[in-house]
Amino acid sequence: MNKLGYLIGQGFKGIRSHRFMAFASIAVILACLIIMGSASLLSYNVSNLIRQLEQENEIVAFVDENYTEAQARALQSKLESVDHVASVEFVSREQAMDTFMEDYDQTIMEGIDESVFRDRFIVHLDDISQMATVRTELEQVKGIAKVNAHIDYANSFISVRNVINIISLILVVVLIIISLFIMTNTIKLATVSRREEIAIMRMVGATNSFIRFPFVVEGIILGLIGGVLAWLAEWGLYDLIADRVMTSIAGSIVSVIPFSQISLQVLVVFVGVGILVGAFGGLNAIRNYLKV
Amino acid sequence: MVQLENVTLVYENSGTTALEDLDLNIGRGEFAFLVGPSGSGKTSIIKLLTGELRATEGEVYVNGFDMVRIKRRKLPKMRRTIGVVFQDFRLIDKMTVYDNVAFAMRVVGASNKAIHERVPYVLELVGLQGYEDRRPEEMSGGEQQRVAIARALVNSPQMIIADEPTGNLDPVKSLEIMLLMEKINNLGTTVLVVTHERELVNAFSRRVIAIENGHVVSDGTVSYYGDEDE
Repeated sequence: MNKLGYLIGQGFKGIRSHRFMAFASIAVILACLIIMGSASLLSYNVSNLIRQLEQENEIVAFVDENYTEAQARALQSKLESVDHVASVEFVSREQAMDTFMEDYDQTIMEGIDESVFRDRFIVHLDDISQMATVRTELEQVKGIAKVNAHIDYANSFISVRNVINIISLILVVVLIIISLFIMTNTIKLATVSRREEIAIMRMVGATNSFIRFPFVVEGIILGLIGGVLAWLAEWGLYDLIADRVMTSIAGSIVSVIPFSQISLQVLVVFVGVGILVGAFGGLNAIRNYLKV
Repeated sequence: MVQLENVTLVYENSGTTALEDLDLNIGRGEFAFLVGPSGSGKTSIIKLLTGELRATEGEVYVNGFDMVRIKRRKLPKMRRTIGVVFQDFRLIDKMTVYDNVAFAMRVVGASNKAIHERVPYVLELVGLQGYEDRRPEEMSGGEQQRVAIARALVNSPQMIIADEPTGNLDPVKSLEIMLLMEKINNLGTTVLVVTHERELVNAFSRRVIAIENGHVVSDGTVSYYGDEDE
């Protein structure tokens, strides 16, 4: 206990006596986490947005005009049993006409009877890449006269989503590699000045784990501080940008996920990555000095 | 204590033969000077004794440890049986005198109580009582070397190895350090001093082991050594 307390104390002491290097390490961890975090949060928001837009891409299945409303409603369960159908909503002729009249100038609707509209189902999919197959299957249901589906829209959504996923994955991986590289080098730089100290420790008979422990403690503390600071900075940055987006014209089309909803996950990831990188950096940085 | 039998040391990188078929014995409680010109192999012998290098051929034993076959993780344990003093002191500048010495005890897992008892005693032994809170940079070379000797002594090693301990000191301070080494030897610790300072060696009537070109060229109690230049 005496020894453990001493070693942890040495970790803190190391930070205090190498303040500039500690500051540099924290700054690097902070910067890398913010860049990585911002890239991830951006891609998370974009894919969330795309998912929302996908939901709006619906299939309209028109019921045969000769069917009564009761007969038409009876088709609902059949449609629901089709694969990849997430929800089916029945819209009667009257409802369809009402919606139509709300959307357009009522004067052109004068004298038009609701019978020109057909009963219809609004079908949402769980996976819009299956739109073509679903359309074919819906068309084969007896009583469905016509199916409107914007397959070309769906396809462009899918390709946009794929491209964004690939880009953000590459971005995050590249940033992680760069961060690890910079962090190890910063911590390595911080230990050059302690080469002497380590040589002396070895000469008086310190075991490798005794020498390593304070460096790992130091790395973990720096990683922890860097992670928490990065989280606070990310929060501020995110809120600032989210606010700008929501109050601009774009805000009427897109919605940004509020930070409070994801703050805990971001904190866990930031602190986790910070601690891991700090500990790994601490171990890696003194590896070369422990060989003799 | 120290036993070298038919030791040959060839540096792998350069292929240079530093020591060739060398025999050397230093018994418990002895005081010996290891002398010789630069490049004669003195430092190579020291590195074999501290485990920084391994003999290419032959046997090396230090305090009962087989230094040719010792496992790397056993080295710390072995090093605790010797105390090493260097020409450049190798103190940690940001630590006080007390901490520099106490540090060597922490490394071996000594309790705080043991440290509080032992460090003042050792500092007094080397003549540094009252210097506990000073930092190395505020002290003279002779004083810094005393701190280094205190650090080497603090874990009660069986042997002190001093590698050119007076190389950076003026003659008066050098003599003082050597007298301190003699005092330590009188308390029962084996002392091996590496030096090339002829006058200093001649001031003591002690065993002198002379090395040249990787061979022992003379070994015995002499009051005067060497006419040859370094």
